[in-house]
Amino acid sequence: MTGAPQEQGTAHAASKAAAPARAPGHAGAIAPALELRNIDKWFGSVHANDQISLKVEPGTIHGIIGENGAGKSTLMSIVYGYYQADSGEILVGDKPVTIRGPEQAIAQGIGMVHQHFMKVDTFTVLENVVLGAETGMLLAPSLATARAELVRLERDYSLEVDPDAIVGELPVGVQQRVEILKALFRGADTLILDEPTGVLTPQEVADLFRILRALREQGKSIVLITHKLREIMALTDNVTVMRQGAVVANVKTAETTREDLASLMVGRTVLLRVDKTPAQPGETFLGVENLSVRDGNGVARVKGVTLDVRAGEIVGIAGVAGNGQSELLGALAGILPIEDGRVLFKGEEILSRKQTKTARQMRRIGLGHVPEDRHRMGLITSFEASESGILGYHRDTKYNSRILMDRGAVLEETARQMKEYDVRPPIPRLRTSSFSGGNQQKIVLGREMERHPDVLLVGQPTRGVDIGAIEYIHKRLIAERDAGKAILLVSVELDEIMSLADRIIVMFDGEIVGELTQADATEQALGLMMAGERQDGMA
Amino acid sequence: MGDTVLWFILVFDATLRVSTPLVLAAFAGMFAERSGIVDIGLEGKMLGAAFGAATVALVTDSAWLGLLAGIGVSVTLAMIHAFACVTHRGNQVVSGMALNIMVAGLAPALSLAWFGQGGQTPMIEEGGRFRPIHFPFADRLSDVPFVGEVYSELISGHNIIVYVAMGMVPLAGWFIYRTRFGLRLRAVGESPEAVDTAGISVAGMRYRAMIICGILCGVAGTYLAIAMNTLFIRDMSAGMGYLALAALIFGKWKPLPTLLACFLFAFADAVQARLQGVDVPGVGIIPVQAIQALPYVLTVLLLAGFVGKAVPPKASGIPYVKDR
Repeated sequence: MTGAPQEQGTAHAASKAAAPARAPGHAGAIAPALELRNIDKWFGSVHANDQISLKVEPGTIHGIIGENGAGKSTLMSIVYGYYQADSGEILVGDKPVTIRGPEQAIAQGIGMVHQHFMKVDTFTVLENVVLGAETGMLLAPSLATARAELVRLERDYSLEVDPDAIVGELPVGVQQRVEILKALFRGADTLILDEPTGVLTPQEVADLFRILRALREQGKSIVLITHKLREIMALTDNVTVMRQGAVVANVKTAETTREDLASLMVGRTVLLRVDKTPAQPGETFLGVENLSVRDGNGVARVKGVTLDVRAGEIVGIAGVAGNGQSELLGALAGILPIEDGRVLFKGEEILSRKQTKTARQMRRIGLGHVPEDRHRMGLITSFEASESGILGYHRDTKYNSRILMDRGAVLEETARQMKEYDVRPPIPRLRTSSFSGGNQQKIVLGREMERHPDVLLVGQPTRGVDIGAIEYIHKRLIAERDAGKAILLVSVELDEIMSLADRIIVMFDGEIVGELTQADATEQALGLMMAGERQDGMA
Repeated sequence: MGDTVLWFILVFDATLRVSTPLVLAAFAGMFAERSGIVDIGLEGKMLGAAFGAATVALVTDSAWLGLLAGIGVSVTLAMIHAFACVTHRGNQVVSGMALNIMVAGLAPALSLAWFGQGGQTPMIEEGGRFRPIHFPFADRLSDVPFVGEVYSELISGHNIIVYVAMGMVPLAGWFIYRTRFGLRLRAVGESPEAVDTAGISVAGMRYRAMIICGILCGVAGTYLAIAMNTLFIRDMSAGMGYLALAALIFGKWKPLPTLLACFLFAFADAVQARLQGVDVPGVGIIPVQAIQALPYVLTVLLLAGFVGKAVPPKASGIPYVKDR
């Protein structure tokens, strides 16, 4: 029972001892932990990977950056054995290897932490770790071995996790640690992480980075796939930039800049900062007084929120996901009923406990809504773009003749919107799901901004959207503001809030804990408030 | 007093007999659904197995060959279901329903063609049936109050399949919760992608689960034809497959609660058999049809009202598509 972990322990010690023995040679003499040579992959007519070559040096963190659809995930799926490359070689420690499935990747010491965790929610941490790496027919000895091994891993890498906790009940950041533990338990020397920070809070990101650095200290090699420049700069030693399936650069992180990487990714110069003039706020368009909202399960989510948004300004709501922002947005859009308080539009009460309105009525009054989750609420992915592009406005007279819908008018209008909002490809008859995330988002934005509503409610406008599209979406939002519209922006991306919003309100546990102007907002100040610390003077 | 005790012992005895095919089918469903395959075709597999077992037992005069045939038919049907649902990612309810309808028509049709007795098989001789096993001293102890009665009436005197079914329950529980196979089975029904990335074949696991499902349904069907009865009759499974599915849901896909749910349904059935024609004080004689409906009414009431939040295995009913 205790034999196996000791064995692994000594094997681990041996590999550590071996590394320095090779180290005195020239830097080039150390075999790369993982090397890809001329990897090529076609999906039908799409050249997903075009002659990709890169080397991951042992004991380093190697970043792979590129926009959505640049081929990063395909490449890593080839390394992990989900796909076979059409041509090209994979080498582990200078030896060519064939990887036909995850089990062979695991045997080569390659571990993967997927963007969507590969977990069994109803299992304990221990059971999740053991699954697929059992020592025999019976479960008890496997679990005992794993428990001992988890203790060792916890000690070596400070990865604290309760082995008996049910995984589905753990916070996302801890679930991710379980994924890392799974890979390490299987003896991974090279760990691939696919967009690991997408679902994490800033604190959890900091924790993850600490763990990854600890792993590097212990001689593990890490491949970090991301589209976030900040993470590349903060964490990696080397970086590979991909664009349209090909490698456009292999550089040392220390010898490059955010701006350079962004330009390489997009293929043109990109403005990372949002250019805007100071806001010229006018009359109050949207007033929220003492608003309380319960979610579908009857849990109080918004507790007495008061705020206003004036014409010509963007008010940003910052906060860790799940602190009531979604419900606030839902109530203002007419989707969730109001428990208490009221909402005013240009000084006139439009919503209260007694006065309810549907989402359609709210739109008609002049509140546009870009929902947070475009797949669940913003679009119907199995519909054509033209159909998704008029959702919620489909009863407009311009889309309808007396009895039937006017398909011609719908297509024409969608084509115009697609051109106006730079949706690619601009084909109204294409299924919504065929568009990339950024282009889907532009379809939603086009639909909601087209009518230039006086108040625009925007939730997570750039979640899962490419840098190039982000730049464009931000420009459009600023343009609406400058045209004298009031915009309420909810985002969990601090960068986005800080660069777009003229005033920033922080929500924690359903309440407003602080408000800062853009000039006063620092990441530290916002981070503290997002963790629940009240600003001075806030009751 | 003694009569009441004996009445209850006899009701429990009947409960045990009726619950045997239910337990087998419900556990068959448990293996299928825990692996992520909804099997509404328990009914059809039982009926097919009953026909196969009866036919072979009739021809060979061997109950054991009958059992083998029953299992063979049921596993074949299970593999068709698996082929449609796992390999071709078909709709699991449609496939299961199709099998049910096919068997419901095919078995009586073949029966009519081969035996010419209106869709039934002829009566099966003793050699082709599973006979009650009488435990030692059962007769002599039957006069001892309670303990002896329980021993001789309730515990002794069932056929081998009843004992096998009851023995199977703890074995299945151990298998699901204490072995590598069980861990993977539970995982593949909750999160097939986790199983896939761990280097285990999702399809392989699901096929294996369906083989077990087929074997258990085969035993259940065999029991109906050549242990509980003495011939194959059209529609003799009488919705028991669906009742087993209901017991599985009521038992929240867990072995012990599922067993108890099966007992409850079987108990209702045993009671209804004994209530037929009884003059209930103040009510009079209840129509037979109303009494016979009792177990099904109970099922609806329990599932609608008392089951609470039943959370099925998360991936149950969803074909696995590698998607990335």
